[in-house]
Amino acid sequence: MVHGELWTVKELFVYPNEYIYWSVQIVMYPFMTGLVAGAFVLSSLYHVFGIKELKDIARFALVFSFALLFVAPVPIILHLQHPFRGINNLMTPHFTSAIAAFGIVFSTYGAIVASELWFLYRRHFVSIAQPLKDKQDKTLGEWIKFFIFCSLTLGVYDVSDESLKKDEKAIKVLAGLGIPVACFLHGYAGFIFGSVKANALWMTPLMPVIFIMSAIVSGIALCMLTYILTMEARKFLSKRKKATQLGHQTSEELQSAEVNVIRMTAKYLLLFLVFAISLELLDLVFRGYTATKSWDVLRSVIYGKDFTNIFILQYTIGNLIPFILFLLPNLTIRRAVLAVVLVMFGVFMMRWNVVVGGQAFSLSFAGYMHYHLPIIPHDWETLKEGFFGALAVFLAPFGLFWIITKIFPVFDVKESH
Amino acid sequence: MNRRDFLKNTVKGVAGLGISAAAIEFLNPKDILANINKDTAKVRWAFLVNTYKCVGCGFCVKACKQENEIPYDANVTRTWVERYVITKDGKRYADTPKGARDGFITTKIEMGKDKFQEVKDEDIQKAFFVPKLCNQCENPPCVQVCPVGATYQAPDGVVLVDRTWCIGCGYCIMGCPYGVRFFHPKYHTAEKCNFCYHRITKGLKTACVQACPFGARQIGNIKDPNDPITKIILTERVGILKEEFGTKPQVFYIGLDREVK
Ligand code: SF4
Ligand code: SF4
Repeated sequence: MVHGELWTVKELFVYPNEYIYWSVQIVMYPFMTGLVAGAFVLSSLYHVFGIKELKDIARFALVFSFALLFVAPVPIILHLQHPFRGINNLMTPHFTSAIAAFGIVFSTYGAIVASELWFLYRRHFVSIAQPLKDKQDKTLGEWIKFFIFCSLTLGVYDVSDESLKKDEKAIKVLAGLGIPVACFLHGYAGFIFGSVKANALWMTPLMPVIFIMSAIVSGIALCMLTYILTMEARKFLSKRKKATQLGHQTSEELQSAEVNVIRMTAKYLLLFLVFAISLELLDLVFRGYTATKSWDVLRSVIYGKDFTNIFILQYTIGNLIPFILFLLPNLTIRRAVLAVVLVMFGVFMMRWNVVVGGQAFSLSFAGYMHYHLPIIPHDWETLKEGFFGALAVFLAPFGLFWIITKIFPVFDVKESH
Repeated sequence: MNRRDFLKNTVKGVAGLGISAAAIEFLNPKDILANINKDTAKVRWAFLVNTYKCVGCGFCVKACKQENEIPYDANVTRTWVERYVITKDGKRYADTPKGARDGFITTKIEMGKDKFQEVKDEDIQKAFFVPKLCNQCENPPCVQVCPVGATYQAPDGVVLVDRTWCIGCGYCIMGCPYGVRFFHPKYHTAEKCNFCYHRITKGLKTACVQACPFGARQIGNIKDPNDPITKIILTERVGILKEEFGTKPQVFYIGLDREVK
């Protein structure tokens, strides 16, 4: 069977070789990079613009962005017909292609996040490595720990005020540098679609900007969600520990801190949500108004076949309802969780409607293709390009985050600055 | 992996890094050479389809599948034939069942999976067949978008795919406005018509040209003023498909109708 034939159903006149070639993993790809970029921008709001209220979530967002970073290329690799040749992209990049720069943009961005993290956690590394270094006869576990943290310090043990000041400066510069690079990383994912002139739905110069805005929205939403989840866990733990550990933050303290952070972050989320929706609507209105050759088929897809996906799932459930939930006064944690989940769902649907919607009509403009996501896998292809493949990609960053926080703890650490 | 293999691979890896660094330079000597060749090359393959002569027998499609080893029953094909039927009350139908591999054996129009539309003979205003294949565009978007350079254009204008280098991203399939590309069911790399490159470079005609009993398909060198197809393209009225994409197709059509998608 030809790739794509399994999940494509054709209707009316479709060219014989046309199938839905870009399936769910290509929906996951911009979704995941969007989360990376969004999380990073959120952390930079504090480091660069000094928005104090975001201090708590900033460190958290940065570490989370790092965890997401490793997962972002996975959907592409799962999508490739020859995943082991993916390295060719670095061997012979063909720069007229929007995908060719992926490796370069991506590693630049990764390097920035990693170095920012290093400056942020340098003091923490030293505080662990130093006492172990001085300690005589270490146990095996201590040796391992020493080895890890000693290498992480990169041999720099200077934690004088002066050097910490320098760290702070470096963080600021890196965070500042990171914003355009993060936007580029994601805007460029938008360009991959926006520059396909053969595809009537994708081809618009607005695509990169729309992608960046919705990326920031989804990134902030994900950070808020994970932040709430971890705070809840801490509250739970602190209740249990209360009796034994004095001086630990109490559950009430945590609660009020949490609400404050969430309310503040929600404001920024709303701001970017407004940008994102305005741009998307502008695009839609413009297409209808200019009504070029492709409009007939686009209209039948947008207002007909994909109506539920676009107007109900994406705009109403994914945008309008959370918008109202956030705007209502006295935002509670529970309401925030609901809103944040809906926002992420909305952004996911937006990606879905772009990627799958762009292939919902034939290049002949006289036929349609319907995508049926494979759920129960019965071979390797339906596993990796099916529901479970996508789910694995979505869940992986949470697991990674948990591992990474063992080295970069996000709570109760002394600031490097 | 033994030590020798390891060393070999290391050398390969380092060489690979070197190549990628070289590619960052904007002026790559090979590109320049290729561009010079483009203008001075003595051959530019072009194709001419006479839609008046096509009867939709599908011999070309069959011949192509066999010649180019595209699995016979796979629902993809390097070339195909479309049928257009326009009725007196202005309804337009088009189909290409199995790419017309077996010709058009029924008057029913295929309307998607297992759906057919009966059109009575007396209701038909006009009907005709249009063969399609890769246009070997002069400005090919499929070459532009390939991230690894696995799809490339030969100096004689034919766009080729390197099966050993294609990573199977499908970007070229998305980028081609004519929908001629697909993944080869066996090799899992991008696949498309290449004017039977292995034949034309040896002085033979393409398999489809040879198989067409009615002479609806012709291939030739558009740089040679004495080539029969060059003469027709220069002196008669010919059309191309989807001009608005700016791809500059090199497959020319006699008798192209505005209904052709
Ligand atoms: S017709 Fe499509 S595959 Fe052929 S050269 Fe043009 S863009 Fe490339
Ligand atoms: S599928 Fe192959 S030939 Fe096509 S763009 Fe990707 S790597 Fe290039």
